[in-house]
Amino acid sequence: MVDTTMVQGATDNPFVLEARGVIKIFGQSRALDGVNFGLRRGEVHALLGENGAGKSTLIKILTGAYQPDGGEVLLDGEPVHFADPLNAQAHGIGTVYQEVNLLPNRSVAENLFLGRQPTRFGFVRKSLIEKNARELLSRYGLDIDVQAELGTYSVAVQQIVAIARAVELSGKVLVLDEPTASLDKYEVEKLFEVVTQLKQRGMAIVFITHFLDQVFAISDRVTILRNGRLIGTEPLAGLTRTDVVRMMLGKDITFAPAVTGIEERAAGPALVEFKDCGKAGKIHPFSLKVRRGEVVGVAGLLGSGRTEMARLMFGADQCDRGEIRIGDKPVSLGSPAQAIAHGFGFCPEDRKIEGILGDLSVRENIVIALQGKLGWFKALNRDEQMEIAGKFAEDLDIRAASLDMPVKLLSGGNQQKVILARWLATDPNFLILDEPTRGIDVGAHAEIVRTINRLREEGLALLVISSELDEIVAYSSRIVVMRDREMVAELTGDNINPSVIVQAIAAQHETVAAEGASV
Amino acid sequence: MKLKKFSRLINPQSIALVVVLLVNWALFPGFFNVTWQDGRLFGSLIDVLNRGVPVAILAIGMSAVIATKGVDLSVGAVMAISGAVAATLVTDGYPAYVAVLAALAIGIVCGVWNGILVAFLEIQPIIATLVLMVAGRGIAQLITAGSIVTFSDPLLIFIGTGSFAGLPMPVVIAIVLLVLSVFLVRSSAVGLFIESVGVNRAAASLAGIRSGLLLVAVYGFSGFCAAVSGLIVAGDIKGADANNAGLWLELDAILAVVIGGTSLLGGRFSIAMSVLGAIIIQAMNTGILVSGFPPEFNLVVKAGVIILIFTMQSPLATRFIESRKNARALARKAS
Repeated sequence: MVDTTMVQGATDNPFVLEARGVIKIFGQSRALDGVNFGLRRGEVHALLGENGAGKSTLIKILTGAYQPDGGEVLLDGEPVHFADPLNAQAHGIGTVYQEVNLLPNRSVAENLFLGRQPTRFGFVRKSLIEKNARELLSRYGLDIDVQAELGTYSVAVQQIVAIARAVELSGKVLVLDEPTASLDKYEVEKLFEVVTQLKQRGMAIVFITHFLDQVFAISDRVTILRNGRLIGTEPLAGLTRTDVVRMMLGKDITFAPAVTGIEERAAGPALVEFKDCGKAGKIHPFSLKVRRGEVVGVAGLLGSGRTEMARLMFGADQCDRGEIRIGDKPVSLGSPAQAIAHGFGFCPEDRKIEGILGDLSVRENIVIALQGKLGWFKALNRDEQMEIAGKFAEDLDIRAASLDMPVKLLSGGNQQKVILARWLATDPNFLILDEPTRGIDVGAHAEIVRTINRLREEGLALLVISSELDEIVAYSSRIVVMRDREMVAELTGDNINPSVIVQAIAAQHETVAAEGASV
Repeated sequence: MKLKKFSRLINPQSIALVVVLLVNWALFPGFFNVTWQDGRLFGSLIDVLNRGVPVAILAIGMSAVIATKGVDLSVGAVMAISGAVAATLVTDGYPAYVAVLAALAIGIVCGVWNGILVAFLEIQPIIATLVLMVAGRGIAQLITAGSIVTFSDPLLIFIGTGSFAGLPMPVVIAIVLLVLSVFLVRSSAVGLFIESVGVNRAAASLAGIRSGLLLVAVYGFSGFCAAVSGLIVAGDIKGADANNAGLWLELDAILAVVIGGTSLLGGRFSIAMSVLGAIIIQAMNTGILVSGFPPEFNLVVKAGVIILIFTMQSPLATRFIESRKNARALARKAS
C-alpha cells in the first residue's frame, strides 16, 4: 500500500540512519572530518561531491565496511556498531554498486535467493524459488525468464535484480552507489521508476551519482561533501543547478570580481591544433588551439569528458574523427610514444595507477620518459641518470631521502613532482596536466602552481585540467568548459572567473550559459 | 669498498649453493674432485654445470619474461620443437648450420607468437603460453612423425657433447649467452624498460615506452633461449625426442628465476641470479644421484631446500635481519 500522507511529509520523518560528527583518518589526512548525515524514511537523498570529497568513505562507514575513528552512527535513533557489511545488511541496510555484485552465470532466481534458498529434505526447492522470484520481480515491473542466467540480461535488469535482492534482505535503507553510470537513458528511466516505487513504500534511499540531471530528476534532498567536510544538506526543491555546482566546487554564493592577473596571450600561431577531434562513446568532437606561452584551463565535473579529451590529445586513445595539426603539418597520434616524439607530455589524473612506477627508484621514475624518447639502445648510464634526476629534484624541490629509494615511499605531493620532473626532463613543448594538484599537501600544491607559471613564462604550451576554480582562473589565459562529454564553452578575458565557469558547468543543454561562449 | 663488494656476494642464493655443495661433498667424498682427461675437465662439479645448462639457459629468457609480470610455460615444448626441426632437417640432408639457424628461427617465431597473444590480444601470460605448451609438443611430434629422429651430424652432436677450452660445449654456450644477455640488458635501456612494464604497464606506456613491442621482443628472446636449450638437449642424445625433450623444464626454469630472487609480480630482475638458481637446482639433482639415494628422494629434498631458500628471502626474515642490523648499529654507536 502506498501511504501518501507519509510520502508527502517525507522531509519530516525521523531519521532512519544517521551519522553524527563522523571522523575517518587515513594516515595523515582526514577523509571525513566531523560529518553529519541524516537519512529519512521515504526519501531519496543524493550524496554529491568531487573525487576525494569523502562520499565513498561515508558510505563505507554507514554500511559497515569501515569503522569510524570518531563520531557515531545511529539506526532509528539508537547508536549502532556495524562489524561488517553483512552485519549492516542484517540491520536493514542494503547496497547496490555500479558493478553488479551477483553471480552472472547463475539464474536470476538463484541470484535472488542465494544463501536463503527454501529447502525440503535438504534439497533446494527450485520451482518454489522460481515462483517466488517471478512474484518478487513483478512488483518491480519486471517480467523476465527467471531461469535464464543473470549475465544474459542487460546491466539495467541486473541492477533491478540486485536492488530487489538488497531490498528483500535489508528492507530499511538502500544505498545506490553510482547505479546509472553504465546505463542508457531508457534504462535510467526504468531504474528510476523502481526507485520511486521503493520510496513510496517507505524505503530510505541514498543515491550517489555524478550526473546532476539525475539528481534533480529523482532526489528529495541533497548532501554535499567537499574535502571530507560537510558543505550542507538541503531540500532540492529550493536549489538550482548552479547552487549545487557552487557547493561542490567550493565557490561562495557571492563571487569576487574576476581577477585574472594574466593578459590574454592569444597572439602568435598555434603550436598544436585539434580540429573537430572526437571519439564515439568517449567525447564529442571538439576544436581547440593551444599556443606557446599560454595555459589553457579545462573545467568540468568528474565524468564530463575532460580526462577523455586529455587522453585523446596525448595519443593514449585515438580520435576516430577530426584532425590534429602541429604547426602547419597534420599529424597522427597513434600512441603516447608518438605524442612524446612531438614534444608532448602528460601527467595523468590517477598518479598511482597511471603515473608512478612504484617499485622503481625516484631516479628511474624521472628519467623513464627521456629514456623512452632516446630509445632502447641509447642508454643513459647511472651517472647521467643521477645528474638529470638530481637537477630536476632540486628544481622542483622533491623531498626524497635518496634518489635511489622506491618512489612509492614518497608522499603524494612528491610523487606528483616526480612525474612532472619526468616530463620536464624530456624538454617538452606541450604539457597536459590532469588534476596536478589533487590530493597533495599545501606545500607541494604551491610548488606545482609556481612551476606551471614558470613553464608558461618559459614559453611552453600547457593544458591544465582542474576542479580548483580559483587555481585555474589564476594561471589560465583561456578556459574551456566540459559538460556531458562535450566542450560547451570557451571563456576568455573577463569571462575567466569562477562564477561564469560555474554557470557554464551547470547550464542545461538548451541554454548556453556564458555570454562569450564560443565553440 | 672491497668489503662491500664481498658482502654483496653473501645472499641467500650463494649460501644455499654452498650448503648444497657441502652436503653433496659429505655424502660423496669425491664430489669436489676435478680431473683433466683428453683435453677437457671431468668431475661432479663440471657435471653439475653441464647438466644444469638447459634450465640455466631457459632461466635467462624466463627472467626477462617474469620481470614483465609474465610467465612462459611453453619453453619446454619449444625445446622439443627446436630439436625436432634440427634433427629432421639434418636427416633430410640439409647442412647442419641451416638446421641450427632454422631451429633458432622457429624458437623466435614461437616466442613472438606468445608475445603477440600477451601484448596485443592481452591474454593472461599463463594462459597464452599454455596454448603453445600443449600444442607445441604436438607440433614437435608432427615434425618427427611420432618417432625419435636420430642423427649423426658432427656439428649438432658437438653442440651437445663437445668441449671448448676444457669446458663442455653446453657450458661454454651458456656462459656466452649469459654474458651477452646481461650486457644487452644492462648496457642498453632494455632492462629499465622491462622493469617499468613489469611494475606498471599502463604508466610505462604513458611514459612513452612501446610496451607491446617490448613484450613481443621479451617473449621472442625467451623462445630463442628455449631453442638453444633444445639444440643442446638434442645434440646430447644425438636425436630429437618430441615426447620427452624439455618435459617439465619450464617449471624448473620458473623455479630457478624465483630462487634467483625475481618476483613473480614483475619488476626487478637479475639474469645472473636466475642462472645461479638453475645451478642450485642441478647441484641438488646431481648430489642425490651421486650419493646413491634413489632418485625419488630428489623431488622431496628439492622441496625442502626451496622452502628454506624462500624462508630466507621472505619479508619476515628480511625484517628480522634488518632489525638485528639496526640493533647492532645502535649498540656500536652507544659504545
